[in-house]
Amino acid sequence: MSALASTVATPGHAEIVAADGATVLRIAGDWTLAHYLALAAQVEALRTHIDEVERIDVAALGALDTAGARLLHVLLGSGRLAALAADGAALSAGRRALLRAVGDALEAREAAAPSPRRSAVGDVLEHVGRTMGIFWRHIVGLAGFIGLTLETALRVLLQPRRWRLTALAANLEKTALDAVPIVALLTFLVGAVVAFLGATVLADFGASIFTVDLVAFSFLREFGVLLTAIIVAGRTASAFTAQIGSMRANEEIDAIRVLGLDAMELLVLPRVAALLLALPMLSFVAMIAGLVGGMLVCMMALDVSPVMFLSRVESNVALRHFLIGIAKAPVFAFLIAVIGCLEGMRVAGSAQSVGEHTTSAVVQSIFIVIVVDAVAALFCMEMGW
Amino acid sequence: MSNVIEVRGVRNQFGAQVVHDRLDLDVRRGEILSIVGGSGTGKSVLLRTIVGLNRPAAGSVRVFGEDLLTLPVARRAQIERRFGVLFQKGALFSSLTVAENVALPLLEHAGLPAAQAAELAALKIALAGLPANAGDKYPSDLSGGMVKRAALARALALDPDILFLDEPTAGLDPIGAAAFDQLILTLRDALGLTVFIVTHDLDTIYTITDRVAVLAQKRLLVNDSLEVVAATDDAWIREYFHGPRGRAAAEAARPGLAQENP
Repeated sequence: MSALASTVATPGHAEIVAADGATVLRIAGDWTLAHYLALAAQVEALRTHIDEVERIDVAALGALDTAGARLLHVLLGSGRLAALAADGAALSAGRRALLRAVGDALEAREAAAPSPRRSAVGDVLEHVGRTMGIFWRHIVGLAGFIGLTLETALRVLLQPRRWRLTALAANLEKTALDAVPIVALLTFLVGAVVAFLGATVLADFGASIFTVDLVAFSFLREFGVLLTAIIVAGRTASAFTAQIGSMRANEEIDAIRVLGLDAMELLVLPRVAALLLALPMLSFVAMIAGLVGGMLVCMMALDVSPVMFLSRVESNVALRHFLIGIAKAPVFAFLIAVIGCLEGMRVAGSAQSVGEHTTSAVVQSIFIVIVVDAVAALFCMEMGW
Repeated sequence: MSNVIEVRGVRNQFGAQVVHDRLDLDVRRGEILSIVGGSGTGKSVLLRTIVGLNRPAAGSVRVFGEDLLTLPVARRAQIERRFGVLFQKGALFSSLTVAENVALPLLEHAGLPAAQAAELAALKIALAGLPANAGDKYPSDLSGGMVKRAALARALALDPDILFLDEPTAGLDPIGAAAFDQLILTLRDALGLTVFIVTHDLDTIYTITDRVAVLAQKRLLVNDSLEVVAATDDAWIREYFHGPRGRAAAEAARPGLAQENP
């Protein structure tokens, strides 16, 4: 039992003395966690002489807890400890039960084989190998999931009765309408920043009017859709993963399958479809907001009036730039939605897993959006579009 | 027998909903006390109130003769260190291995070096009945029963005087639950613990508890030995102890009790 507040605490102590012609191990004081370090040192010193001991005197033993009992086990060894635990005259029943329990527990532990030590280099190699394996399975899994989504989509497309319009509308509201303020505000600000950059750099060449072209080109071709995709990846991919993942952790996905329904059709398709509609619309909003931001800076810093800004955009910027920009939106939308849903499906049971997969979904979808955008930019450049 | 916990006139409420009102409870040294009551009667709230996770709106909670609610923070923390709490779902830190979970309070409070703390943690893990290799595992790799045992090992880390168990056998299979009950009994006898159990498990109540406290109507209806409680004239208690499950648990426990106390 642990030391009680009322009893006077005396630090534990052990010594080997000669008394009545016999070598006696005298154990006294409190053998508790509070005195553990001091006791451990004494035990270490006395251990080597323990074989000389003929009798153990525990009459002055104060409090004893499991930590103290462990030290007694170290000091006496299991044989002597068992003998002490069996000695009804020396110790109370509670003490003996404690010594027995600790002795048995340590015995069981010693009996079990220790786990083999591993080398650091081996660990690193193993980790690299495992990570490569995981990465490969990831890609295969993503490809499989894309295929499954497309297959389900084609199947459902032919049967209008199975279109989940309510789910689609709900997801559309959450992914498109609710995202409009943040997308518009952020792209407005970036539009203003791009215009400032253009105004500063191009003024040196006396070409500050080309700021208009810079803002229009960058937002119609790239920034409008790219910024929106990144915001949506952070906002919506994570939401998809968290929603489906918590359903998965709650066994709801299993329940859907057991009820003979299709989780792809019920959960994934409405989300993918909603984002396919939402991202082009949001990209359009982003382009307008970016242009407005640029226009405002042009008006204030360069004395380019909005009318002049717009007429220059109309005469200098071809429609194909807008089309190239907006054409990327559905591709990004599909990738973001599929990654978000797939990571949700991969959640395994715990809340921690939901968190891990949500992070992973955001990282993956931003990564893939930027990679695909870069590839598309190169492609368009080579094609002369 | 002296009381280690004395709860007097405690009132707990969340918004307009009153959970406890003028609730009194005594826990005696060295006993295993089970708290039973229907869902929503505030069993876990009572546990949380005693261990200091929930501050009651009124009343006092005296532990080891000191009023926890009026003590300075440092003294209170000292007393709370003598509590071991097993949460319903284990509440093991998921980023640490089982051994690290158990060693954490030893490192933080007892100030032991890492090697010594690891040795003591291994002892607690063995005392809780886990195999030696369980120490290196993460909580997510453990089964429900092992999580409870690992959480028990952590609760025992600082050699507490009072062990609080919140539904210790919930979610365990009957064999695992019976083994856990026996483990608690063994530890109580060996370590001289006082054990406070919140439970729904009739088998636990019949096999290991010394006294039963029934929570109903915002108060403690009765707090006495099982025979007295079971004989209390109250509709809920009658249904609880003399319903089909209660009878089965009673019959299952009787030969067991007879063998233990010949």
